[in-house]
Amino acid sequence: MSPDQIGFLTLLKKEVMRFWSVLAQTVTAPVITALLYLLVFAQALSGRASAYEGVSYTEFLVPGLIMMTVMQNAFANTSSSLIQSKIMGNLVFLQMAPLGPWEWFGAYVLAALVRSLLVAVTMFVATLFFVPLAIHAPLALLAMFVLSAGCLAVIGLIAGIVSQKFDHIAAFTNFFINPLAFLSGVFYSVHALPKFWYMVSHLNPFFYMIDGFRYGFFGRGDVSIWLSLAWTGGFFVTASAVCLWMLITGYKMKR
Amino acid sequence: MTNPLSNAIDVVGVRKSYGSLQALKGIDFSIPRGEFFGLLGPNGAGKSTLISIIAGLVQADAGRIAVLGHDTVGDFRAARRLLGVVPQELVFDPFFKVREMLRIQAGYYGSGREVWPWIDEMLERLDLSDKADVSMRALSGGMKRRVLIAQALVHKPPVVILDEPTAGVDVELRRTLWQFMAELHAQGQTVVLTTHYLEEAQEMCSRIAILDHGEVKALESTRQLLKRHPFRFLRLKLANGGRLPDALQMLVASESEGTIELKLETGKHPIAGVFDALRDAGVAIEDVQTRDPDLEDIFVELTR
Repeated sequence: MSPDQIGFLTLLKKEVMRFWSVLAQTVTAPVITALLYLLVFAQALSGRASAYEGVSYTEFLVPGLIMMTVMQNAFANTSSSLIQSKIMGNLVFLQMAPLGPWEWFGAYVLAALVRSLLVAVTMFVATLFFVPLAIHAPLALLAMFVLSAGCLAVIGLIAGIVSQKFDHIAAFTNFFINPLAFLSGVFYSVHALPKFWYMVSHLNPFFYMIDGFRYGFFGRGDVSIWLSLAWTGGFFVTASAVCLWMLITGYKMKR
Repeated sequence: MTNPLSNAIDVVGVRKSYGSLQALKGIDFSIPRGEFFGLLGPNGAGKSTLISIIAGLVQADAGRIAVLGHDTVGDFRAARRLLGVVPQELVFDPFFKVREMLRIQAGYYGSGREVWPWIDEMLERLDLSDKADVSMRALSGGMKRRVLIAQALVHKPPVVILDEPTAGVDVELRRTLWQFMAELHAQGQTVVLTTHYLEEAQEMCSRIAILDHGEVKALESTRQLLKRHPFRFLRLKLANGGRLPDALQMLVASESEGTIELKLETGKHPIAGVFDALRDAGVAIEDVQTRDPDLEDIFVELTR
């Protein structure tokens, strides 16, 4: 193995160890929160007609909740790791190391995917007690998971790069991530919305992430799986290009 | 591949400004291999900026720096693998234990299990063995400083930069550190030191650069630098509360607790002349001492 590969794997391992050492915060807590959503919404809206024939509302809710939690945790993993290192000052250890922008990018994003996978699998297993769900299109499910979690991990990395304090990350979360996640059709089908909001929903990239992931379970979605893959893939490529440009130029990282 | 003839560090025309403040105004110097080099200067002189540029933390506006012939920008991977830097700030990663942190740090530089015995040796040498499995956040400031030193050396770099490594540390750690660095230096490692403790620099460094206001004010061997000062000091304690004659008042450098220190310019103010003046004025001497200038005197002279 080359020294560059060892460096990359070490950074990946360190990022995984970082969230692993506080698993109660990084995996258990978000899973419990998502299960509470499921409990409350499934109870409150249990009589509501489902978006898809033969799929109960609770079944409809589960994939969206899993994906929303995955997205929030992918973002939180990269953004919190970077901002903590910046504020603690230990980012210098990485900045002085012979690691290039691609190693930074790959290690941070992959570690976020590992955390997201852990969250997704834990949630899926936990929800089996409420609603047993079958997977209709595993490849589509996997592709949507990787691309969506990847997108949010990259946005988290960008947020970590441009932020100088925790407040900046909180602003990203409160004014960007959460609104787009909650308005992406996690709790409803966009077909139930008035025409204007139906149109607006189609401009929300998170909508395609949720819908495409849901397709993996039911084989049905509000839009074509190909459109969801194209939107999410395009978003991932665009966000990655911006992030890599920042890492290559040292934007906000090198004085 | 590293050119065996290249210097440990080459700094060529390096400039850096922060807004209207020129932190470095075109710095040029080289540090040959195997040297114990001192980089001195008052606060704000540009030392930390220069070290940050060498380490890759700051981008220079102009100029270039090479570590053992490898450009720190164009060939940054090779340059950084050859370099270890002990940062000035007491920074640490709170998620990890000491040994874990050192193994991670080694991994960043492409080193694996082969350096684990070296890590254990450093833990031993820096009195960290009993803290190896303690969380970084539980360590005292002095212990954290030791870990920082170990982190910089974990990949066995041939060039080491110590940015004020003894700031705020106790005597024991200072001794341990200097003994350790002297051994590494004896094995061929190039050491670059910045410190505000000038007696440390005078004792350890074979060559010194003095930086002030972003410029190199002096760059000479420590011996030459000490010779460069055309003064020597004469300390007098006058008997019976005697008063120094007016003719000698202009030579007074300092006065404390009845002891007067005169600054005598070599060739211009012979010591015998001072004694003659005292005798002519009828002033008796209780005690007398001479002192050669030290690095601090030269530092003050150059950065005044």
